[in-house]
Amino acid sequence: MPQLRFRIPILLGLPHRQPEGDEVMERSRRGFLKLAGLGAVGLSAKPVFSAVGLGGSPSPKILKSDKALTANHWAMVIDTRRFKSEEDFEPITAVCHKIHNVPKLQNKRHELKWIWTVPYENAFPGKENRYLNERIAELPFLVLCNHCENPPCVRACPTKATFRRASDGIVLMDFHRCIGCRFCMAACPFGARSFNFRDPRPFLTETNPAFPTRTKGVVEKCNFCAERLAEGKIPACVEVSDGAIAFGDLEDPDSEVRVLLNEHYTIRRKQSLGTEPSVYYIV
Amino acid sequence: MIELIFKGTKRYYGWMTALLAVVGVGLICYLWQLNFGLGITGMSRDVSWGFYIAQFTFLVGVAASAVMLVMPYYLHNYKAFGRITILGEFLAVASVTMCILFIFVDLGQPMRVMNVILHPTPTSVLFWDMIVLNGYLFLNIIIGWKVLASERNGVAPPRWLKPLIYLSIPWAVSIHTVTAFLYCGLPGRGFWLTAILAPRFLASAFAAGPSFLILLCLLVRKLTNFDPGREQIRTLSKIVTYAIIMNVFFLICEVFVAFYSNIPEHKAHLQYLFAGLHGHGALVPWMWASMILMGIAIILLLIPTTRNDEGILAVACVLVFIGTWIDKGMGMISGGFVPNPLHEVTEYMPTLPEILIALGVWALGLLVLTALFKMATAVKEETYA
Repeated sequence: MPQLRFRIPILLGLPHRQPEGDEVMERSRRGFLKLAGLGAVGLSAKPVFSAVGLGGSPSPKILKSDKALTANHWAMVIDTRRFKSEEDFEPITAVCHKIHNVPKLQNKRHELKWIWTVPYENAFPGKENRYLNERIAELPFLVLCNHCENPPCVRACPTKATFRRASDGIVLMDFHRCIGCRFCMAACPFGARSFNFRDPRPFLTETNPAFPTRTKGVVEKCNFCAERLAEGKIPACVEVSDGAIAFGDLEDPDSEVRVLLNEHYTIRRKQSLGTEPSVYYIV
Repeated sequence: MIELIFKGTKRYYGWMTALLAVVGVGLICYLWQLNFGLGITGMSRDVSWGFYIAQFTFLVGVAASAVMLVMPYYLHNYKAFGRITILGEFLAVASVTMCILFIFVDLGQPMRVMNVILHPTPTSVLFWDMIVLNGYLFLNIIIGWKVLASERNGVAPPRWLKPLIYLSIPWAVSIHTVTAFLYCGLPGRGFWLTAILAPRFLASAFAAGPSFLILLCLLVRKLTNFDPGREQIRTLSKIVTYAIIMNVFFLICEVFVAFYSNIPEHKAHLQYLFAGLHGHGALVPWMWASMILMGIAIILLLIPTTRNDEGILAVACVLVFIGTWIDKGMGMISGGFVPNPLHEVTEYMPTLPEILIALGVWALGLLVLTALFKMATAVKEETYA
């Protein structure tokens, strides 16, 4: 199609000429670019429309179950006095990793752990004490993601693959969106996050089909058993702890966690950083 | 102008082929990494960033150093630098290309990288880093190309280029500040949580970049008919001198704060780097080597006789480059992650496949750099002839 400046004289019945020399190339190059531009706009119409909600068919709705446990701010209180030795913790760490398909990897560099135990001076660096009482000095402490109110990992994530759920304060992960940049791992002041340095699936001795397995290259961590809460069950570690771990709504003054926090002095890990961890320890 | 890249001497083709071979080896290792996962590297749950991110951090500095040519020339009318700003801009292009590639090879799920654009997150410094890096890349490509093409055609560059050039000056500072902000805003990493991190980054950048540029200028004089100029190299060497002194001074400030305050958490990372912690000290010889190299370089650069001797200057520049590379590349990353937030020590050393992938990216960057420098020097040879 000749350019407009050649067609208008024709349409108006004025003297005219055909494009010649460079004008021919110019015409076809320009024309091609115009066509390509229109084509790109056309191709992008559907995705753009879907993205802004003007797509054709309605998307499926996700509804909450009536059985679901809800809270404004889930929190945990761990009564460390109820534990005596390493064996007391084994069922707790084992059940979490079992139901969430977290395998045991031999290579310590690649290990995946959502909840585990460390000595006092590693759980609470900065609260060291050369003259610590014997019970605390020899007691393993449970450490896990603290589901902070003000999580640096969520601030760091460039894709919002990790996010704090506004409804109940749980810091969750979208394994499908994670690009594996590991910025969240650098940001976490508690070392709570693990990265899949290789495909974890071959190392799973048993798989829980009710929870997704992950692929290599994504970060994972404790999710406060959000999938169990949605079905009306308390987190697995809480269930197996035989009352040593309490779980409840921090904003409900009558919840078990608030009652415990009222009765006992509790400490949190690195609370001076202001991340406002939601996991409390009765020591 | 691009046709100038494809015509050269046998030595030129040999160099480019060798680089392509290194890229090829790196690519094969990267395919292995894509297949197996990042487990083929030396990174761990505790040291979750390693060699790739270290190279990225170092090279952002080298890229930012283009401003050390652009600012004196365009802002302060230092005419001498007009001869070689293009070399700085093209070095920036090659460096930022390597930065972006190093980030890419470090990702666990690189095919999802578009998620950063599909789900923009302004609270994440990584999001801003992506924006400023890509912006700086485009700025330097456009500016470099246009200035060179105009010079070749014997005309002044178009007027719309001036605002872009002025923009590139704060933009250069911003790319390294934003990269520093990746680290210095993380509450759990005491070694990085210091206000002086961004200034230190800029100081080591303005030492490493111009020192590499001096070496490139000496090489250009040797290998082509274009002489970047004695005065230009002398001024660059003064910039390197002050920048490397500032870098070492800032480090001394950090050491003083940690050790005079005697706070264990502040001391721990520097202790790991320079003396070893809990029996682990893999980086100790490297850190001391870096200090010695930078110290010798400062002496050689401070004394005018040695600084003005281009042979000794070249040695000093190599010392500066390697010293800052160890300090910023290896020391900074490991220092931040060791000990971990629970005060446990897991050491990090890159593995062979990791090093080969890194070399592949460096080779690709050098390929881009050589091609762009070939183009620039060919045009300069034409116009100054």
